[in-house]
Amino acid sequence: MPNPLSGRAAIVGVAESDQIGQVPDKSAIQLHAEAALNALDDAGLQLSDVDAVFTAGFSTPEVAEYLGVVPRYTDNTSVGGSSFVIHVGHAANAIANGLCSVALITHGESGRSRVGMRSITPQPNTIPGQYEAPWGMPSPVGAYAMACTRHMHQYGTTKEQLAEIAVATRKWASMNPKAYMRDPIEIADVLSSRMICWPFNLLDCCLVTDAGGAVVLTSLERARDLKQKPVKVMGWGEAHDHQLISQMPNLTAGPAQYSGKRAFEMAGVSHSDIDVAEIYDSFTYTVLLTLEDLGFCKKGEGGAFVSGQRTAPGGPFPMNTHGGGLSYTHPGMYGIFAVMEGTRQLRHDYEGTPRQVQDAEIGVVHGTGGVLSATGTIILARD
Amino acid sequence: MSEPRSAPPKPLPQPEPLAKPYWDSLNDGAMQLQRCASCEKFVFYPRAMCPHCGSRDLQWQRVSGRGKLHTFCIPHRHPSPAFQPDLPYVVAQVELDEGVRMMTNLVGVDPDPAKLMPLIDKPVEVVYEKASDQITLPKFRPV
Repeated sequence: MPNPLSGRAAIVGVAESDQIGQVPDKSAIQLHAEAALNALDDAGLQLSDVDAVFTAGFSTPEVAEYLGVVPRYTDNTSVGGSSFVIHVGHAANAIANGLCSVALITHGESGRSRVGMRSITPQPNTIPGQYEAPWGMPSPVGAYAMACTRHMHQYGTTKEQLAEIAVATRKWASMNPKAYMRDPIEIADVLSSRMICWPFNLLDCCLVTDAGGAVVLTSLERARDLKQKPVKVMGWGEAHDHQLISQMPNLTAGPAQYSGKRAFEMAGVSHSDIDVAEIYDSFTYTVLLTLEDLGFCKKGEGGAFVSGQRTAPGGPFPMNTHGGGLSYTHPGMYGIFAVMEGTRQLRHDYEGTPRQVQDAEIGVVHGTGGVLSATGTIILARD
Repeated sequence: MSEPRSAPPKPLPQPEPLAKPYWDSLNDGAMQLQRCASCEKFVFYPRAMCPHCGSRDLQWQRVSGRGKLHTFCIPHRHPSPAFQPDLPYVVAQVELDEGVRMMTNLVGVDPDPAKLMPLIDKPVEVVYEKASDQITLPKFRPV
């Protein structure tokens, strides 16, 4: 029996801020506002239509005040980069239950230029201040690096296999004019790039950019009267199983194993139904682990799954088709940009170009937040 | 030539009241952890309740200071100038024999992945490193 909430709401608008990449003359909240207005334009809706606000990083009152919106529904779920993927599920739920009509999810970070951003250094009497900060782990890279080391130990995963992800993702970025890094790279380039935190070289790590993004949802019924081809939200799942990396129950199996299962079950689709995947790539290992946890391959076989450029353009598993956080943009909490690209692929926005995944009907979007701490998985479908 | 600038101090914990016995035990060179009187599991980091069973009845108990290297990374860059003079070094997680895992540094080894990978799941023991008059940090070395 299909889930009664499945497919009742749709994504109707997506957009970046006016510029992304290096935007030293704009504050983080300004990037929120630009993306919000652009996404509403994309949908053919007005700010006055918005009655629900979702954000992370900033508080919903901060963003709503700046925009001049007085929402009847507010959701400030803040679980790092996965927040915005989780917001999609929460918005779809609220819409399906009649609690709001037009949901606006906004993101904006001046990750590179640090204009209007808060400090993230933990206070010395907090849990991270007492039990993690004193040992000099650069966060978040060191946390992901330690999880990756354990995977290499347990399953023989290699740096060459991790590099396959960076190389394939760059190929997609080369077709995206908005991508920050577009020059082709090879596996040897990844392995010889500057060492950041073993086992990660520079090209195993996401970019640090300035960018905003926004997503607009409404009911499927209303969506069909708007500008864009609706993209239905078929299923969603969320989970977290730790905050500190030293408390992660299993460094080689994260909360994606829970959020993914819930999303697939709710949508009533199987892995073979997925035409396109947008998987949070803060680091190469993030992707490898997530593909295993979501069940696209068996535990320990993520390295083999991504080898031979299987996720590159023309490969059997099109993934991160805008260039991901590794090559397109990553201001800090990237999840919204995965939602945007999954939507654009399913709308067939790139029809007639090699970037379009042919006949894409169903996609999976997955966000990872914190230090592999929190995940959100959504299944989207072209109406 | 300019004089070498001294690095700023590293961030040190400011123990919350509940955790004082833990930090005191490190100063004494005899690590204690909380153990749940109800389910008998050890608890780390120190808490007001057992995350395994919800009991509030936690008691401090001396532990061995021995465990196994669970994983590591080797930072070659760090945003804080406090850590930059030490780069590269080994940040590690150790699983104590009592079943809890903690963040630490592995000391007495080269920051060389080829030498460190074979040490995973192999025994390590605590080294008490005095960081200030108030704080001793637990670090670990291979046995």
